[in-house]
Amino acid sequence: MTESIILTIITAATPLLLAAIGELVAERSGVLNLGVEGMMVTGAVAAFAVSYSTGSPYLGLLAAAATGIAMAGIFAGLTIGFATNQVATGLALTIFGLGVAGMVGEAFVGRPGVGMEPIAIPVLSELPVVGRVLFAQDLLFYLSVVLTVAVALFLFRSRAGLRLRSVGDRPEAAHALGLHVGRIRTLAVLFGGLCAGIAGAQLTLVYTPQWIENITAGRGWIALALVVFASWRPLRLAVGAYLFGAVTIAQFHAQALGVSVPSQLLAALPYLATILVLVLISRNRRFTMINTPAALGQPFVPDR
Amino acid sequence: MRLELTRRPRVSPLGEALAPVVALLVTLVIGAILFAVLGQPPRRALHAYFVEPLSEIWSLHELAIKAAPLIIIAVGLSVCFRASVWNIGAEGQFIAGAIAASAIPVFAPDASGPWVLPAMIVLGMAGGAAWAAIPAVLKTRFGANEILVSLMLVYVAQLLLDYLVRGPWRNPEGYNFPETRSFSAAATLPEVIATGDFGGRANWGIVIALVVAVATFVLVLRTLKGFEISLTGLSPRAARFAGFDARATTVFVFLFSGALAGLAGMVEVSGAIGQLRPSISPGYGFTAIIVAFLARLNPLAVIVAGAILALTYLGGEGAQITLGMSDRFTRVFQGVLLFSVLASDTLVRYRVRVVHGSAGKAAA
Repeated sequence: MTESIILTIITAATPLLLAAIGELVAERSGVLNLGVEGMMVTGAVAAFAVSYSTGSPYLGLLAAAATGIAMAGIFAGLTIGFATNQVATGLALTIFGLGVAGMVGEAFVGRPGVGMEPIAIPVLSELPVVGRVLFAQDLLFYLSVVLTVAVALFLFRSRAGLRLRSVGDRPEAAHALGLHVGRIRTLAVLFGGLCAGIAGAQLTLVYTPQWIENITAGRGWIALALVVFASWRPLRLAVGAYLFGAVTIAQFHAQALGVSVPSQLLAALPYLATILVLVLISRNRRFTMINTPAALGQPFVPDR
Repeated sequence: MRLELTRRPRVSPLGEALAPVVALLVTLVIGAILFAVLGQPPRRALHAYFVEPLSEIWSLHELAIKAAPLIIIAVGLSVCFRASVWNIGAEGQFIAGAIAASAIPVFAPDASGPWVLPAMIVLGMAGGAAWAAIPAVLKTRFGANEILVSLMLVYVAQLLLDYLVRGPWRNPEGYNFPETRSFSAAATLPEVIATGDFGGRANWGIVIALVVAVATFVLVLRTLKGFEISLTGLSPRAARFAGFDARATTVFVFLFSGALAGLAGMVEVSGAIGQLRPSISPGYGFTAIIVAFLARLNPLAVIVAGAILALTYLGGEGAQITLGMSDRFTRVFQGVLLFSVLASDTLVRYRVRVVHGSAGKAAA
């Protein structure tokens, strides 16, 4: 019982963690991409379409990654190349993405999807309790863990990560030191797109192997809130993602236990929790001030 | 290869006026290419989208019905965005306003008299403003990100509406359909021109929209309050030195845009739909964001921009019927339009040069 609950929490948390870790890198470089929802949903439909047509969930995953990068490319071209307003551009990306996904997905509504099989890691998966939970998972769960650790090491233990953070805090200074602000930000945004695309693939390959319109249901936005909740730190992000996974799952278990609350209230829980968490974390202004990338959301146009 | 931007010393007013037009043309070209990719003859598809809806009286009425909520919401958002306050949750405030306004026809279905509609308008605006007050207060009191909070409340509003029409507000004589009673005549916005050669379905919502747009235009460009809002958006520091309270401005623009979104919700349920249903908006609250940007945050220009985006909805429905195209294309189109609008804005403010290699950098 507990084991199955933990497994469902992990499955619900993985897409949040994947999308949020990519956005975290983009925001650390100073770019606020509100298009996570749009990148995620196009990734989801690409993964479904390709895995359905080829029978291979891994080709689907690749397609989702490529789609996420392409979507992020549109965003980077506009916000970095053209210095457009990041908030508005991100929204446009989400509207665009939901439209594209709805259009492409129409042909796949009601079709059976191709699920990604779990991969049991030899020896480790036979450990009592943790073995089944942590070491007999699908590829995307492992990927989310590896990516989180890798991003943490990259940002805070590598020279390139320091450069990326400097671009997000003081682009003028970074530029004066000869760093290519635009290039670094573009790469960070593309990485965010890659992660969001993969997060979308998790929804159609693992979470519910089928295509449902608006399958992301606001997860891209929750991922954005998670980045704030984690105060732009990867390991805290993992904690937040699992907390939210638990909240998402709580509604299903509450229904199963026969709690007499309207189902709509339970369905609203993740969104209400997001608001609550944002309030709690933002209340401590000094804490947020220290951690927020100083140039977040501001286009950088060097004065020549 | 990369782009090099140089700030123009002076922004030409002509450029500013032409930018949205250029953006529209670019969107049409991209749209034509997309149609071709989808195997639709581009000319016919564009004709179906943008010309056919304008060719008959009844479709012009439909255009007015769809433009009204877009204009009303976008007028509020244009004020909000001027202050650089990001209310992204107009869709939720629209629903909250619709719910609040419906309280009268739901609880007092027999109510009649000339007070009913004004009371519904007041309730709708109050409902929208109350829903918008949540992100405003959480922002000013606790510093919570208003973009995310207002957006989360969209989902909450949708679920609340769903709960009401399936639960306590369901029509007791409605055979269990998830909808409220149909509103009585007293709770329905009447048609502007009901009969005659030019008669049709369009209700007073479009008139309300025009009045709201003009009144807001005066507020923004002719009063101190409007100056305060714009200054807070353009230069928060300067606004502080001028003695303007940024928090008060944030709360004001949120309540203002929320009240208008709520008014739009009232107009939609009372005028166009005539009852509450689980879904009452094809995303008007989000599309209105595009309207506001296409209008360059000018409340008067919002009227034209609102009509243009209403046309994409109508064209989408038409193309679905005549060409068998997915109506999802409308959203793709809207997204591309906002991309173009934002990019064209850059062309107005900056000189854009394509630089090959890193030569530009060395010259600096």
